[in-house]
Amino acid sequence: MRDTKRTEKIAFALLLAATIVVVTPVLIIFVLILFRGLPAITSEFIFAMPREGMRAGGIFPAIVGTIYLTFGTALCSIPLGILAAVYLNEYAQKNWLTRVIELAIINLAGVPSIVYGLFGLSLFVAFLGFGSSLIAGSLTLAIMTLPVIITSTREALSAVPKSFREVSFSLGASRWQTVRYVVLPNAIPGILTGTILGMSRAAGETAPILFTVAAFYLPRLPQSMYDQAMVLPYHIYVLSTQVPNVSVKIQYGTVLVLVLMVFVLNIVASYIRAKFRKKKTW
Amino acid sequence: MVAKITVDKLTVNFDGLAAVKDLSLTVEENEILGVIGPANSGKTSFLKTLNRLNDLYPNSRTTGRVLLDHDDIFCRKEIQELRRRVGIVFAMPLPLPLSIFDNIAYGPRLHGVKNKARLTEIVEKSLMAAAIWDEVKNRLETSAFKLSGGQQQRLCIARTLAVEPEVILYDEPCSGLDPISTLKVEEAMRRLRQNYTQILVTNNVKQAARVSSRTAFFLMGEMVEIDETSRLFTTPKDKRTEDYITGRFG
Repeated sequence: MRDTKRTEKIAFALLLAATIVVVTPVLIIFVLILFRGLPAITSEFIFAMPREGMRAGGIFPAIVGTIYLTFGTALCSIPLGILAAVYLNEYAQKNWLTRVIELAIINLAGVPSIVYGLFGLSLFVAFLGFGSSLIAGSLTLAIMTLPVIITSTREALSAVPKSFREVSFSLGASRWQTVRYVVLPNAIPGILTGTILGMSRAAGETAPILFTVAAFYLPRLPQSMYDQAMVLPYHIYVLSTQVPNVSVKIQYGTVLVLVLMVFVLNIVASYIRAKFRKKKTW
Repeated sequence: MVAKITVDKLTVNFDGLAAVKDLSLTVEENEILGVIGPANSGKTSFLKTLNRLNDLYPNSRTTGRVLLDHDDIFCRKEIQELRRRVGIVFAMPLPLPLSIFDNIAYGPRLHGVKNKARLTEIVEKSLMAAAIWDEVKNRLETSAFKLSGGQQQRLCIARTLAVEPEVILYDEPCSGLDPISTLKVEEAMRRLRQNYTQILVTNNVKQAARVSSRTAFFLMGEMVEIDETSRLFTTPKDKRTEDYITGRFG
């Protein structure tokens, strides 16, 4: 009897310790960024162009560039990813070809992001002649996030009970009607959560945009999708390694802005998930 | 009597294992055919052949012929039309995650009914025919999941009726219901006899005796015997049938 109590205590202590070890660095990083970055956040910092070789002024073009780039990525990857996932999950027959495709998608999710960057450089920037531009960057990030979107969408689709499909078919629905009226409406919360998380990951990537869109210093807003743009993750890299004598305040301020933008996306995803979970009746 | 469904040498395999073996029988118009038999006797596989729901399982293989009003159902390209004409009520009540109204209107909407007044009419008529209208008429917009199990199952019957089928298949429709709800479902079936041909697969021998006009006994994928219900239950021809209905089996 005493032994069970002791093992229980040990197990509890171990599990708690592991959790603390995991959570602490995240907390420290966040608090550090918050305290060092917050003094830099002024309306000028957010809404003004950089000045004096990025040592003063704001980061407006980098914020706008990140927003454009994320939207462009979403525009390319979300429809494509969802359609592919619906095909793979609802239409495709289970044979060796679909298994190979599934395996390829899983493996694509594990490819290092710099490889996507080089792929984008050779295909979109050089071969298709887009140059270093928002469209090349968006397409590169879209290809990188596609596996994430396809995988999470398929999970959401699989979570819809098989019996719902059977009922729909039994009433004379075609496959598309079943997908459209039964499967998708019930999978949408899961799909949204997955895609938004994919987007938030894309917004913070540096390697894929390095050669495909990011401008070192461009104190104006991009005029079209064929323009280069400043982007936050690359801007942070530049500020911390390429430009001498940048104040720590500006560096941390920029990091804080990026973290907050990604944070907002994640909160939106959690909100959607929570809201639909309450409504879910099965 | 007119034959509504003619089954000729039907065999259904799953992964090479026969679930239904060389089955031949006819179902007459406006009858309730009861199908009894122990688990794994092929009752459900037989049922799901009749509206080709077995097609959803990629490991199934079907041979033989099934005629619905003289048309071979396996030759038809219009599988959706077949499933509209041959409706099914599943073992578990399976409402869709929609309101009561939208559950019933789901089928008609699939088949192109958009007019709101027409839909309302169909919903009301179907719920009445399934003997559940009085219980739900004041809360058509609430979720179908709020209903009790017995109500949900009658809702599913109403949903099947809403697409105006000719044949209704029941796959152990009362297996999850209490006796009172079971009686209500059986009552609904009896009232539907005038207009529909019905096939009732059931684990409950007494239910077949109560409801069906003829009864078939399945065992290990084969049909042992089919006869008028009164005769099958009083003077079965086969020893195995007698053992099963008197509960002496196994």
